[in-house]
Amino acid sequence: MQIYLPIAEVSVDAFLLLGLGAVVGFLGGMFGVGGGFLMTPALMLIGIPPAVAVASGANQIVASSISGAVSQWKKGNVDATMGLVLLAAGVLGTGAGVVLFRLLQQAGQIDLVVQLSYVLLLGVVGVTMAFESLRAVFRRRGAGRPPGRLHQHFWVHRWPLRMRFRRSKLYISAIPPAAIGFVVGILTAIMGIGGGFIMVPAMIYLFGMPTLTVVGTSQFQIVFVTAVTTLLLAATTHTLDVVLAILLIIGGVFGAQVGTRAGQLLRGEYLRGLLALIVLAMSMKLAYDLIATPLDLFSIAVGR
Amino acid sequence: MRALAARAWAVAALVALLFAAPAAMAPPAQAQQIIADLSRHLVAITTGFAGAEVLLFGAVDGDGDVIVTVRGPEGDVVVRRKSQVNGMWINTQSVTFGAVPGYYAVAANKPIEEIITGPVAEREQIGAPRLRFEPERNIPPDTIALFRRALLRNMERDGLYQPRTAAVRFLGQRLFRADIVFPANVPTGLYLVNVYLVKGGQVVSATTTPLSVSKIGLSAEIYDFAQNSAITYGFIAVAFAGVAGWAASRVFQRG
Repeated sequence: MQIYLPIAEVSVDAFLLLGLGAVVGFLGGMFGVGGGFLMTPALMLIGIPPAVAVASGANQIVASSISGAVSQWKKGNVDATMGLVLLAAGVLGTGAGVVLFRLLQQAGQIDLVVQLSYVLLLGVVGVTMAFESLRAVFRRRGAGRPPGRLHQHFWVHRWPLRMRFRRSKLYISAIPPAAIGFVVGILTAIMGIGGGFIMVPAMIYLFGMPTLTVVGTSQFQIVFVTAVTTLLLAATTHTLDVVLAILLIIGGVFGAQVGTRAGQLLRGEYLRGLLALIVLAMSMKLAYDLIATPLDLFSIAVGR
Repeated sequence: MRALAARAWAVAALVALLFAAPAAMAPPAQAQQIIADLSRHLVAITTGFAGAEVLLFGAVDGDGDVIVTVRGPEGDVVVRRKSQVNGMWINTQSVTFGAVPGYYAVAANKPIEEIITGPVAEREQIGAPRLRFEPERNIPPDTIALFRRALLRNMERDGLYQPRTAAVRFLGQRLFRADIVFPANVPTGLYLVNVYLVKGGQVVSATTTPLSVSKIGLSAEIYDFAQNSAITYGFIAVAFAGVAGWAASRVFQRG
């Protein structure tokens, strides 16, 4: 069933979009990630203009991450102070990202920047996750966990503007969280991702936050940054396509529920290893597209 | 008396005939030798839009060949060229063309070259390769030619320029028809359908009929809402996503 997307101005099979939403929702539910890093490239692949893919994808992430965020909030796993610092910086980053997106689009380099960012991010994250899950598999077979400290102290903790983050039991500079929030905001606006897979490692390894509050706080942050991104893009670039977003959301919520159940059947480290493989495969596909000789060296951009 | 009256009538009739005859025998300058119209003047892009076909029909007075061109709304198009930089293919050069129709199609009852002379085809811009675009200034002609060809090729690949001449079919001596095909990605705006009557390689008569392509119904309302009440539109989208995501997880938890 072909459906005309009023903002994207293309006609796409509605069941293809529902299916895409379901597959990304399934993977997201299974691995506990938002799935934006899969959604945006997939949408571009089926012919949705990049700007529309980013805005509508961000809107879809709001739906896919809100229930997790609400339940984390109820369990008290959200460090609200940390969340607000990340969010304030995230909103600024989103604003900067929207401007940057426009400039790159005018310069004809947006596709390159989006592709390169994906190759780098997915590559780094995929490799890290693959190693981490391999190590976990071997550790399980070998000895138990080494005893750890509450958290390690890094040089970034001694920067000025120190703040107390009660829930995380931290007293660190607000600059590193603000910087991470800002970067994630930019990436949300350019790549259409929630940024969980950047924030989570940053909070664990850079800030030394306890794992429990990391997950809750990052989900809280993702909901708000994607909501703000959706709003900003709708208001400035007019690239949010609600028909597209609704179809993705409907497919996504069903896929997520099935995925969550499927995820409970698999062991954590195997799950992460599987996700690492998917992420690495995506990264390599995108890298290949950059290197392979294109079918036509010329492309056109129709102005309005 | 009666005979005289009859003679007077005969003279009058003869005079009338003499005056009228040249007008009837030579073609009047203003009379249309070709008329044409469309089955509809509006292509409505609705939510279920997946392309459209419009029937053009018309009649010619006397013999001759018929060429039909369809031009979409004009705009600027940026053509970019990739080259290899550090192993990656990156856009490095661009040329902007103005007055580029967003859609172009041509139909005729015979191959164009058999009907019309080159200069006339050039003047009337018949056939996509003869479209006149306005490139930016200070660019060498061979570069422009290269980017121009790329522009045509890309428009063809997107289905917006019809690569082949479509058929104009004659039904008997006078009546003709042609189907104009619009793909799903057709741009909105005002289209001009030009119909030419050609004899001896020259255009002897032409007529133009307008056609509008626009969003209608729900898709138009959503588009207008997104443009005019952007912030409300964004809020509604975010609220819907939030409610849908949250409600779905509640429903599934119970079930």
